[in-house]
Amino acid sequence: MFIPLLVLRNALRHKLRTALTVLGIVVAIAAFGLLRTLVDAWYAGANASSSARLVTRSAVSLVFPLPLSYAQKIRQVSGITNVGWANWFGGVYINERNFFPQFAISGASYLDLYPEFVLSDAERKAFLADRTGAIAGRKLADKFGWKVGDQVPLRGTIYPGTWTFNLRGIYDGAEPATDTSTFFFHYDYLNETVKQRYGRPGDNTGVFVESIANPEDAAGISQAIDATFKNSLAETLTETEKAFQLGFVAMSEAILGAIQAVSYVVIVIIMAVMANTMAMTARERYTEYATLKALGFGNSFVALLIFLESVGIAITGGLLGIALTFPLAQVFVDTIGSLLSGFRVSQQTMAMQLAAAVVIGVAAAAVPAWRAARVRIVDGLRAIG
Amino acid sequence: MRPNERQPLVAIHGLSKYYVRGDQVIPVLLDLDLDVFEGEYVALMGPSGSGKSTLLNLIAGIDKPSAGEIRVGGVDIASLSDSDLALWRSMHVGFIFQFYNLMPVLTAFGNVELPLQLTGLSRAERRERVETALELVGLTDRATHLPNELSGGQQQRVAIARALITDPTLIVADEPTGDLDRVTAQEILGLLARLNDELGKTIIMVTHDPKAAEKARRLIHLEKGVLVG
Repeated sequence: MFIPLLVLRNALRHKLRTALTVLGIVVAIAAFGLLRTLVDAWYAGANASSSARLVTRSAVSLVFPLPLSYAQKIRQVSGITNVGWANWFGGVYINERNFFPQFAISGASYLDLYPEFVLSDAERKAFLADRTGAIAGRKLADKFGWKVGDQVPLRGTIYPGTWTFNLRGIYDGAEPATDTSTFFFHYDYLNETVKQRYGRPGDNTGVFVESIANPEDAAGISQAIDATFKNSLAETLTETEKAFQLGFVAMSEAILGAIQAVSYVVIVIIMAVMANTMAMTARERYTEYATLKALGFGNSFVALLIFLESVGIAITGGLLGIALTFPLAQVFVDTIGSLLSGFRVSQQTMAMQLAAAVVIGVAAAAVPAWRAARVRIVDGLRAIG
Repeated sequence: MRPNERQPLVAIHGLSKYYVRGDQVIPVLLDLDLDVFEGEYVALMGPSGSGKSTLLNLIAGIDKPSAGEIRVGGVDIASLSDSDLALWRSMHVGFIFQFYNLMPVLTAFGNVELPLQLTGLSRAERRERVETALELVGLTDRATHLPNELSGGQQQRVAIARALITDPTLIVADEPTGDLDRVTAQEILGLLARLNDELGKTIIMVTHDPKAAEKARRLIHLEKGVLVG
């Protein structure tokens, strides 16, 4: 008990200094955690994707649609077990701040591709039976207070006009990481309305999603699908769902790199601040360290006192910083809405925050501890006669 | 116990100490010989810069000589490694400093107990010893006080109790009354004399103060690193 008591009392000698140091670490660790969570959220879609699913889109760009007739030909490619399709809708719910992703999907075939979207049998039946039916993720429904049976009006931006959907089901995620902030409705409803209301040819979709029997065959099957449509008017690009998701992430890779760099810079800055604090603290106590050494305590004991004090302060700040990350993340989520559906503080982020706190404590103490351990007793006592 | 004809407790032969600053060699102690016997109470006197504190530091094992030999209790302390020397100090030397050098975050009890943390004594044994030491210096009622809640004289008494607690072979005191008023200084000197008289402790004290030196049994004068009397 002697050493912890001595360390604790030393740490509380200058309460304001210690409090300000802890505060700095709290802010740094919370900022680090928030930035890491932001980066994680960007990759959440890719991480949650299945290796047994492929996505086929236009080889030119995602904005160019593919003929719906491709579904039949894709289904015939060896290794494909199911084909569904989805089309981005891009509607607005009440106002632009309420952004959430909406897709027109191929009904049962699409739902079968995503077993991680857990929907009751009754709700699934009700959705499939209603041409203007829709389903929403739990997170999205909770956010807007939707209940099954509600009508959800969306103002189309790509497809003008007001579209009203009957909410027939609310799906949950099979895993905590499953995205439940998406809104799905029937492709047929969109396709038929587009044809009738706008006189467009229709029968096009943004992407096809395929499930495959063996994930190891993904590359070969992708090539086979694309070869099928080679030299057609709408050539395709097929890739794994993860690669498809990472394609979106790659668009903002420079920003993500900058965010990651800033998260580390924050840690380096607080490390420098704390190292200065610990150096000042140790310098003030050289006489005490010299006295301890004169009494028979070793150099390592003196170094240990400094290390424990520094790491103790850093871990205290780190734990408070981790605790603060959660309300900050909630504020962030409330502010950005459903833009980043996977925005949650992960255990890995918390572990990194704690590790960063320990590194701050150890690094800040290294030089002061080394100096204090090396200071000659007579110099520390200032007793040269 | 009086000086005797047996082996000296502290035996110094050909001791020299100099500091090197750049190209300059600054001699502090020059080829010094000195014996201090068990139970002696020695006062080291001399003007500033005469080397008396340096000599005390060398005897106490907190500094190393440039040349020569220092034996304390038969141990050539100059040949010990830093860690062995630290262990030796913890068992054989009690320190009393001019400015007390107490740990400001520890109570009087904690400060006195400090050297015992290096021993294998149980908590109960440590408590018993500390209480005895505090009683000896008349500070039983101040055990829970922090140094800044004590007067200078009381702090020096705590330091004396700390110096005594391990029952060391030797007590070294560097200007123990230098920061105290006349009356308090006399009390501290009286306490040191009691340690020597009643407990037979060997004490080597550096002082500027002739009245403090009078309390010692033996006076040694140093001038420019050389013993003059």
